[in-house]
Amino acid sequence: MSWLAEYVRPKIRTLLGRREVPDNLWVQCPECQQMLFSADLERNLKVCTACGHHMRPTAVERLAYTFDTDPGFARIELPRAPADPLRFRDSKRYVDRLKEAREKTGLDDAILVAHGTIGGHRAVVAAQAFEFMGGSMGAAVGEAIVAAARLAVLQQAPLIVFTASGGARMQEGAISLMQMPRTTIATRLVKDAGLPFITVLTDPTTGGVTASFAMLGDLQLAEPGALIGFAGSRVIEQTVRETLPDGFQRAEYLHEHGILDMVVPRTEMRETLARLIGLLCIHEQAPEPMSEAPPELPAAPLPEHAAA
Amino acid sequence: MRHFLDFEKPVAELERSIEELRRTQEPGGINIEDEVERLTDKADKQLRLTYAKLTPWQKTQVARHPDRPHALDYIHSLITEFTPLAGDRAFADDTAVVGGLGRFNGRSVVVLGTERGSDTETRVAHNFGMARPEGYRKARRLIELAGRFGLPLLTFVDTAGAFPGIDAEARGQAEAIARSIEACLVAPVPIVATIIGEGGSGGAIALATGDRVLMLEHSVYSVISPEGCASILWRDAAQAAVAAEALRLTAVDLHALRIIDTIVSEPIGGAHRMPAEAVASVGVAVQAALAPLLALDAATLLARRREKFLAMGRDIPA
Repeated sequence: MSWLAEYVRPKIRTLLGRREVPDNLWVQCPECQQMLFSADLERNLKVCTACGHHMRPTAVERLAYTFDTDPGFARIELPRAPADPLRFRDSKRYVDRLKEAREKTGLDDAILVAHGTIGGHRAVVAAQAFEFMGGSMGAAVGEAIVAAARLAVLQQAPLIVFTASGGARMQEGAISLMQMPRTTIATRLVKDAGLPFITVLTDPTTGGVTASFAMLGDLQLAEPGALIGFAGSRVIEQTVRETLPDGFQRAEYLHEHGILDMVVPRTEMRETLARLIGLLCIHEQAPEPMSEAPPELPAAPLPEHAAA
Repeated sequence: MRHFLDFEKPVAELERSIEELRRTQEPGGINIEDEVERLTDKADKQLRLTYAKLTPWQKTQVARHPDRPHALDYIHSLITEFTPLAGDRAFADDTAVVGGLGRFNGRSVVVLGTERGSDTETRVAHNFGMARPEGYRKARRLIELAGRFGLPLLTFVDTAGAFPGIDAEARGQAEAIARSIEACLVAPVPIVATIIGEGGSGGAIALATGDRVLMLEHSVYSVISPEGCASILWRDAAQAAVAAEALRLTAVDLHALRIIDTIVSEPIGGAHRMPAEAVASVGVAVQAALAPLLALDAATLLARRREKFLAMGRDIPA
């Protein structure tokens, strides 16, 4: 090894290392611009420690925030949905957009479903993933909501859905529109079994997701500041030619207008959900210890999907 | 005066020539009948040709044609003893949604529709067919009424979508739509929905979650308007024609995707040229769709309705 290699290499490494440090250690709050120590922010469930702004967590983080740490939770494998029913392409092919989103997020589609306990109460949780194509709802998301409902019925557990979605997935055309009745059927499965269906609306929840299962909760909660609505604010502004009122379509606005039961800070969400389940499920059996493998879903309702 | 769409221009010109000929004909002058017949033939052929291969974007324009029969045209001509009902019992009567009791081929039914209006005054009165929450809440009320008295529900859907307004959001537009869909899914009576013009997204499915969904040949049904889709995905509303193609919003496309059950043929040149014939065809198709449903008991009906929607998207033919 020459003197050059020995002398130069460590120096480059120092330079590179120095550049990486600020990205990892500090995060700026988009609301109050405060620089926050990354570890503090994570510990506070991505809620700004300075101003209380709720940043968007990933669906994976959401599950971790919601379930008890001990004994933890298990994600279920989600049914496959037709990949590209319309063979849709805009500036890019839909299949390529899906592939990119999968690589970027490590998720199959814009939702995760898991079961576990919340404050000791058995529960099934579906968390929409805004990081996957804006959390848009196509056949895969609809199928997952139905699967989550069936799992809840099977386990005689409440179903809690954390919504986060820009609305329907346009690339699936009318198939995505049909997820509105399909997810509505899912809510009926849970309710008809006498189990609570609770929605927690997080930032943002709009369009077809709001106008279906999100608004059909026995109880409807939301996180502070979450944007929640049916029509997009730009469309409304163009239609009515008025400036929108302050706080329009925010969680607090919906709460004031009687559409939500409560606005709950993320740091209090787990205990709130635990209390609500405890109050509603008076005949609840004690949860069994978590098994390693996720339970089998009933076979009949989930037909195979021919690979396209 | 007849309203012509851009792609109908060649037909419009031929028809204008025919009219011109007729007008200039003097009594006892030369016989123009042969020429009129020749031009009429040509116009018919042109119309047939144009309408045989309408693009999805052209169909969207036909679906929105101002002279196309609207919900109230169907209701007034297919429903006897029509008795309109009003109000959501909470806030207002939203006339973008029309409905009431009546008889369809002698049978007592509940009928619902989204009405766009047919001239400036009625368009404004019906808010161009874009309902506010009160409209969907009225729909829900009538759906529940149908269920309570065992009356079949017939709906006629023609809307650009739910009204995007500040007041609509404040009063829970999303909740109103969701509850209307839910009401359709639990109503223990047959539901036959017909898309007669534009089936615009959530505002349409709120009234179209039926046992049988029919679509007029040149109507469209989509999760978003071609213009809206183009401005989001192509960042250019002028790409609407391309988006219309990609969205697969025509009756033929949606039948292939198994989202609708029946395509109802329109008269040559579209429903707007012969409204009475179009309305009558829909009447026949609705009767054909309704008849087998009447034989089913409520539990079977409800189970099949759920299964039908749950199967959607799972069984798309390759």
